[in-house]
Amino acid sequence: MQQHFNDLADFLTSQMKGDEVCTSFLTAEDSDFVRINHGQIRQPGFVSQANLQVRLIQGNRQSAVTVGLVGDLEADKAQLKSQLNDLRALLPHLPEDPHLLINEDIQSSEVIEDNHLIDTADMVDNILTESSGLDCVGILASGSNYRAFANSLGQRNWFASHNFNWDWSLVHSVDKAVKSGYAGKKWDANAFAGKMTDAKAQLKLLACPSKTLKPGSIRAYLSPVALSEILSLLSWSGFGLASHKNKTTPLLGLLEGDQRLSEKFSLVEDIAGGVAPDFQSDGFRRPSQVSLIENGALSGALVSPRSAKEFDVQTTGANGGESPDSLSVTGGDLPTEDVLKALDTGVWIGNLWYLNYSDRAAGRMTGMTRFATFWVENGEIVAPLNVMRFDDTIHRMLGSELEAITVEQELLLSASSYYNRSTASSNLPGVLLKDFAFTL
Amino acid sequence: MPHQLQQKFNATCPAKATFASLRYVEETTEVIGMRRGVLEPIDKTIDRGVMVTVFVNGGMGYAATADLSEAGIRRAFAKAMDWARCSEGKMVFDPSTLEMPHSKGTYASSVGRKWSDVSFGEKLELLKHIDKELPIDKRIIDWSASLMSVRTESLYLTNEGGEIHQSWEMLAPDMLAVAHHDGQTQKRSFGSRGISQQTGWEVFDRIDYKDSAPRVASEAIQLLEAPDCPTGKMDLILMPDQMMLQIHESIGHPLELDRILGDERNYAGTSFVTQDMFGSYQYGSELLNVTFDPAVPEEFASYAFDDNGTPAKKTYLIKDGMLEKPLGAAISQHRAKMAGVANSRACSWNRPPMDRMANLNIEPGSQSLDELVSSVENGVLMHTNTSWSIDDSRNKFQFGCEMGEVIENGERKGIVKNPNYRGVSATFWRALKGVGNRQSLEVLGTPYCGKGEPNQVIRVGHASPACLFGNIDVFGGA
Repeated sequence: MQQHFNDLADFLTSQMKGDEVCTSFLTAEDSDFVRINHGQIRQPGFVSQANLQVRLIQGNRQSAVTVGLVGDLEADKAQLKSQLNDLRALLPHLPEDPHLLINEDIQSSEVIEDNHLIDTADMVDNILTESSGLDCVGILASGSNYRAFANSLGQRNWFASHNFNWDWSLVHSVDKAVKSGYAGKKWDANAFAGKMTDAKAQLKLLACPSKTLKPGSIRAYLSPVALSEILSLLSWSGFGLASHKNKTTPLLGLLEGDQRLSEKFSLVEDIAGGVAPDFQSDGFRRPSQVSLIENGALSGALVSPRSAKEFDVQTTGANGGESPDSLSVTGGDLPTEDVLKALDTGVWIGNLWYLNYSDRAAGRMTGMTRFATFWVENGEIVAPLNVMRFDDTIHRMLGSELEAITVEQELLLSASSYYNRSTASSNLPGVLLKDFAFTL
Repeated sequence: MPHQLQQKFNATCPAKATFASLRYVEETTEVIGMRRGVLEPIDKTIDRGVMVTVFVNGGMGYAATADLSEAGIRRAFAKAMDWARCSEGKMVFDPSTLEMPHSKGTYASSVGRKWSDVSFGEKLELLKHIDKELPIDKRIIDWSASLMSVRTESLYLTNEGGEIHQSWEMLAPDMLAVAHHDGQTQKRSFGSRGISQQTGWEVFDRIDYKDSAPRVASEAIQLLEAPDCPTGKMDLILMPDQMMLQIHESIGHPLELDRILGDERNYAGTSFVTQDMFGSYQYGSELLNVTFDPAVPEEFASYAFDDNGTPAKKTYLIKDGMLEKPLGAAISQHRAKMAGVANSRACSWNRPPMDRMANLNIEPGSQSLDELVSSVENGVLMHTNTSWSIDDSRNKFQFGCEMGEVIENGERKGIVKNPNYRGVSATFWRALKGVGNRQSLEVLGTPYCGKGEPNQVIRVGHASPACLFGNIDVFGGA
C-alpha cells in the first residue's frame, strides 16, 4: 500500500503544470468485521477500501476530489489523470479562496507498526468459546489501517497500524447488560479471559432486582467511559476555534461569561499520548499537546488551517471540523479502588448514551444512563438501576458539582467505524459528582 | 456502470455456494457551500466498488473490494468463502434454510433537470444570492448556504439469474443563520438538510429555498429577543420538520426487527417492542397510521428493490393505532418467523445490508393546520429539530427544536426560544389527538441515520403532516 501511494504521489507531482501545487491524503483499510449476537456469528466479512483525496491548488484557487483506488497502478493513474484534468478545468471558474492555507514547511514522517495480528477466525473461535452459554453481542474488527499525506512540494507522511477492537456486551436481560471492550495489537487469550471474568462478575450484579429512581438530584460517579460520552458531545463544535468565533460552542459561558469549571479539571488534546497519526489531511503536523481547559478555565482551541488563515492565528493541525482525536483529562487524587467508598450513597454510572443539548449556548445537555449502572448505599452496590435521563449543565458537572477525579486514567480506543475504522482514542479518569440532575 | 460485471460474476461465482450475490454501487457526492461570502472548498467524492456475499451450507460470508477486475472479484469471493466456511454451524441463523430472492427489475429516480445539466455558475449564483440575503442584521454573526447532490447507481446480481439495476439522483439544500447578542446565541436553518429528496434542480420550483433567507435570518434574530419556551404540561403541535425526527426515533428504530432480535444491543440499542406485540399492541391513538412507503417518487429513500433483491411495496406498519408489522427484511423475517417489509439496506458497497427504515411516513388526517392551532387552548408549536436523545430501548426521549410559537386560546401568540419536550414512546403516541391533512404534509428526509456494526450512515425519508399531541411535558432552556 505504501509503495502504491508513493507511486501515485510521484505521478501526481509529475502532472503539475506551472505554479500548480497538489496535495493528496489517503484513508485506507483492510479489515475483517465479525458481528456476534447471542454468542453466535451474525455477519462475518472483509472490507478492503482506499480513498484518496486529491487537491489541486493554483494561486489562491483550489479544487478537490476524493476517489476510491482500485489498487492497480496503471488503472489508478488513469483515473487520477482524468480527475486532475477535471479539477484543472474547474479552477478558473472558482473565486479566490481567502482562507486557503498551504503547508509549505516540508515535514515528512513515517510510522509503521509491526503486525502482530493473529488470524481473525482464531479470535472469533476464542470469543465464541469464552462466551459459550452467555448472551454475548458485539463487533470484532481486525486488520490494517492506513493514513498518508503527500504533496508536490515533496512532503510524504505515512501511518500504518495493525490492531483489533472487540467491542462487546454481555446481556442479562432486555436492556440490562455489561459493556466491555478488548482492543490492542496482539491478541492475548489470557487477557481476554480476564476481561470476560470481570464482565461475568458484573453480570451477576445485574441479576439483583432493579431499582427505579425518582427524578431529582443525586450524588453520582461517572466512569471513564461515561465521561467520554460527555466529552464526545462537547467535541461536536465545542473545542474548535470556528465555534468559539461564531459563538456556537457549548463552552460559551467559559468563553464570554464569568463561568468556570472546577480547578481540578484540565483537558488537553494529547496527540502524543493517543494512537492517531500526527498529521492531517492538508499535511500540517500536529503538536504533541494542545491545552484546551486548564484548571477550569478555557486555555486554547483546536485550529484548522482554514480557521488559522481566517482568524490570523497559528494552526494546531486540527481537521476541518476541528474535533479532537486524542483527548486526555488530568487525573486527580481519588484512587479508583476507593470510588464506592467515596460515593457512599448514590449512582455508579458505567455508561452514558445518546447525549445531546437541551440548551447548547448554556452548556446544558441531556442523555441516558445505559448498561451497567448501579445504586450504591454505604459504599456497597445494592441494585442495578433502570435507565434514567439526566439533564444538567457542563458548568455544574465539571464545575461546581465536581468533587473528585480518580488518580487512574483509562485509555479508551474508539470502536467507531463510520466510513472507515477510527484512529481516535481518549485517556480519561472517572469523576465523582456531588450532585447530578435526573429528569425522567 | 462498468461493463462485463455480469460476465465477471459468472466467471468467478463459487460453484459450492448455495447462494451468491454481487452488489455493485457507484456513488458521486458533491457539496458546494458558501460561508460569509466565501466559497468553501468543493467537496466531491466518487466511490465505487462491489460486495460479494455467499451462503455455503450453514455458513455465510461477505467481502467488499474496489478492485473490479475479474481477479479482484475472484479474490473477494475467496475471502467471502473463507468466512462462510469459518462460520458454518456457528451462525445465529442457518443460511441453508433461507430462500433468497432472485428478482429482475429496474428503478430510476424521476428527475426533471439533472444536477449535471446545471452549470457550476448557476449553482454558484444561487448560493451567492442566499449568502447575500442572510446577513440582515449585525447580530447575524455567521451564515452559510450549501447544496448537496448525490447520484447513485447499483447493480445486484445473484447466482440464479437475479439482475436489478437501480439509479437515484438526490438533492439536499440547506442554509444557516447564527445570531448572537449579549452572551446568547440562537440559530435558524433550512432544516439541517431535512429537505432531502430524490429530485433534480426542479426541487427549487417546489420548495421555497431561494426566497427563504430573509425569513431564516429574521427568525434567528427574533429568537434572540424571544422569551424562553414555557414549562409545563400542555398541548404540543409538531410541524413536519420535527415530526420526521419524532417518527424516526420513536417509531422507526423501535420497529426495526434486527433490533428486536438483539443484533444492535451492543451499539444502537434494543427495543421496547417485542415480537408478541405485533397484531395486538395499541401503539398510538386511532388517528395514528404509519406506512413503509418506498413508492413516493420524490421521497429520499424510494426504491423498487431492497439490497437483498426483495421487491418493495407500501405496507401499513401501524393502522388506526394498532401495531401490525415490523421493519424487518428477508433474513430477519426468516429468523423471527414473521412477515415484514423490503428494507434490507446498506449505506454503500463496503457495508453489508441490514434492517433499515427507508421511507417511513405518517398518513395524513383531515384537519388543516389552522384547525389544529385553533383547537389548542394552551400549548406550543415547534419547528425544526435541533436536539435528539432517546434511550437504547427507544422509549424515554427528549427532543428540542430551533423555534417555538406559543398558542393561547387557538391563536399563535409569538415566538419562544429553546423549545424542548420529553416523553415516553409507549405513551406519547397515544396522546396524538390531531393529524393534519395533506395540505400540511411535507416530504422530508435526512442523509444521516446511524446504526450497525460496522457503523453505517444511511438516507431515510419521512413524510408527515403537522400533528397535535395532548398533555406533553414541555420546557425551555437554561
